[in-house]
Amino acid sequence: MLYKVFLIKYAEIGIKGKNRYIFENALCDQIKISLSRVEGEFQIRKEMGRIYVEALSDYDYDDVIDALQHVFGIVAICPVKIVDSTEWETVVVETIKYVEEVYDKQNFTFKVAAKRANKSYPKTSPEICMELGGALLDSFPELKVDIHQPEVMITVEIRKQTNIYSVVIPGLGGLPVGTGGKAMVLLSGGIDSPVSSYMIAKRGVKVDAVYFHAPPYTSERAKQKVIDLATQVSKYTGEIQLHVVNFTDIQMYIYDQCPHDQLTIIMKRYMVRVAEALAEKNGCLGLVTGESIGQVASQTMQSMAVIEEAGNMPIYRPVIAFDKQDIVNIAEKIGTYEISIQPYEDCCTTFVAKHPVTKPTLSSIQKSETHLVKKIDEMFARALDTVETIVIRPE
Amino acid sequence: MEAYLDNAATTKVLPEVKEIMMETLEEHYGNPSSMHSKGVEAEKYIKFAKKEIAKSLKVEEKEIIFVSGGTEANNQALICGAMANKRSGNHIITTKIEHASVYNPLVYLESQGFRVTYVDVDGNGKVNQEQLVEAIGEDTILVSVMHVNNEIGAVEDIAEIGEKIKKKKPGILFHVDAIQSYGKFKIFPKRMHIDLLSVSGHKIHGPKGIGFLYVKDKTKVLPLIYGGGQQKGMRSGTENVPGIAGLGKAVQLAYADFDAHIAHMYELKIFFIDLLNKMEDLTVNGIDGIDIENTAPHVVSVTVDGVRSEVLLHALEDKNIYVSAGSACSSNHPALSGTLQAIGLEKKAVESTIRFSFSRFTTKEELVYTVETLEQLVPVLQKYVRR
Repeated sequence: MLYKVFLIKYAEIGIKGKNRYIFENALCDQIKISLSRVEGEFQIRKEMGRIYVEALSDYDYDDVIDALQHVFGIVAICPVKIVDSTEWETVVVETIKYVEEVYDKQNFTFKVAAKRANKSYPKTSPEICMELGGALLDSFPELKVDIHQPEVMITVEIRKQTNIYSVVIPGLGGLPVGTGGKAMVLLSGGIDSPVSSYMIAKRGVKVDAVYFHAPPYTSERAKQKVIDLATQVSKYTGEIQLHVVNFTDIQMYIYDQCPHDQLTIIMKRYMVRVAEALAEKNGCLGLVTGESIGQVASQTMQSMAVIEEAGNMPIYRPVIAFDKQDIVNIAEKIGTYEISIQPYEDCCTTFVAKHPVTKPTLSSIQKSETHLVKKIDEMFARALDTVETIVIRPE
Repeated sequence: MEAYLDNAATTKVLPEVKEIMMETLEEHYGNPSSMHSKGVEAEKYIKFAKKEIAKSLKVEEKEIIFVSGGTEANNQALICGAMANKRSGNHIITTKIEHASVYNPLVYLESQGFRVTYVDVDGNGKVNQEQLVEAIGEDTILVSVMHVNNEIGAVEDIAEIGEKIKKKKPGILFHVDAIQSYGKFKIFPKRMHIDLLSVSGHKIHGPKGIGFLYVKDKTKVLPLIYGGGQQKGMRSGTENVPGIAGLGKAVQLAYADFDAHIAHMYELKIFFIDLLNKMEDLTVNGIDGIDIENTAPHVVSVTVDGVRSEVLLHALEDKNIYVSAGSACSSNHPALSGTLQAIGLEKKAVESTIRFSFSRFTTKEELVYTVETLEQLVPVLQKYVRR
């Protein structure tokens, strides 16, 4: 049996009070965008606190489920059988037919759950459950009722029409992208920053990204790797504006003027400054990084405090307290891990000192930065002027 | 200006090669195994290519097997040559400077119970012949030596080695990886005692995805690919007619006007090395105390003190100069070059080595431009290193 309709369940959006319609509309938009990559014609309907995706043409079931499983805000996807009648005899016949069509063997334990939106319906919910359960037992002798832990929960909803469903496919959860503002991710090419992008987007935040390119110390392939990562992440977040900053001059200047053990910290402070300028220009409300406490010298609490001081915007760090393995697990789930482990250098590793500072003090770093006053403003402006912006869309 | 100096990696397809390939794609697209005239037309291209190749090597047409490229040729020669002769013994001899497509099949054979001896080379990459001959024993069945090394351009004395091997034990199979040498040298397997010879199409301005294995008549070698029995069962699968036709044309052109082409490349090499020698902190590898004519005409390996090869490569790329790093290295997992280590380079030098490689179309102007660019870049890059 080919389902014509999918019932979309969402959780958190349901409790957002007067703003609820904003969230529902955003979810409908995101579903539409995601389905636009699937062959077929679909209509998305909002109806009495429900969202339905209806197929108006032939479609590939797996492709549709996959598309819906990339949309934040969806808790579950239920392929549903719609019966254009609430007349009791029809409901009974169609429910039996449903069980026959959906399951190869009718030998499981089950329970019927009934919901009435139409409270004037002649039968109460418990009556619907009991009578439908009885009718199913009569039709399929190998079925057994288990009201505590049924293998199959058959839901029958009496509304203007009757919805019958029993298959529940988990969604990603979270909130629809676009409901939580916009942020600028510092995307490196490593494992952590794509995961951070995914996590912040899961809370409804739209993301832009900035990548610091340092030719000839980083190669075209390193840049392509970041584009590939952004493309993979965009399957979840939707379109991403990727800003590629040429960072070589600034990096070399810092190398010339500042103590080497402070190189990474000062470099990162300039990355924050550049990212913030781009964020302001593009309406972002904060920066996002893949930092995790203690992972490298520049990710100690002392280092991060000094780096953060360079800017004014909040810096969000979704994986701050995650172990590496936990980050890797998410990266594998969202398909960025395989891309991240390609061995191309990013600009942070090229000149990293053998023994970088792990507990920098703000005053010493600020003092070093005074060596940069002569040229840094001009270099900073040039870096911003020469930004290459690439629009990344899911493939 | 643009200077493509990575011809040992791959070369540009010639217009004549493209043309003959287009004929086989658009017009004579039949399956050479088909009984009808379309099949016969397609087969003519295969005959043409075989004839050109056989002529260049002075061998019989039936001794040529078309394969997907150099890697497949080496795999079939080594794995299928060893397997076919395992009753006679399990010992194989090779050198320490072989390409991965020789080295890795041998590693596989080691896992299957074969024993492999890796012979040393000197500072110029010349194989130690005494050691090689010494290593031949009762159970030795196969010797594999590359003709021209891809990283430094060392040339092995194949005829001499072949003669010594056969003198000590006539039954040994002698395989030569000629992927970097075919088209640059005249190779005559019969006079050089070669039983198996691997060649790739795209190193000589032919297409990618085609190559051949020369198998001396009556040599015991098994197929690597089984199927419909094409090429007398030695390499099943519908023949890659466009590739084979393109290869045939490339071979024809490589050996037409051959002496002039080679003289041009040696002239370039001497000219280039003279310019490089005027620069500080640069060392040309593999030419210590030997005539340039005793090295490959198209490969120049250079170590630049204090500059990582990958960085120099990208800096040159920015000036439209395309070269290879002497080793496939990344900061986290340095996979150091076997050849460069074998000729005695320190780890640091290995990481600072790049390879320039010419074609017969390379010009002096390109090389002058390259040296000028190096003069600008090297001092700057030397300043910025990891401390």
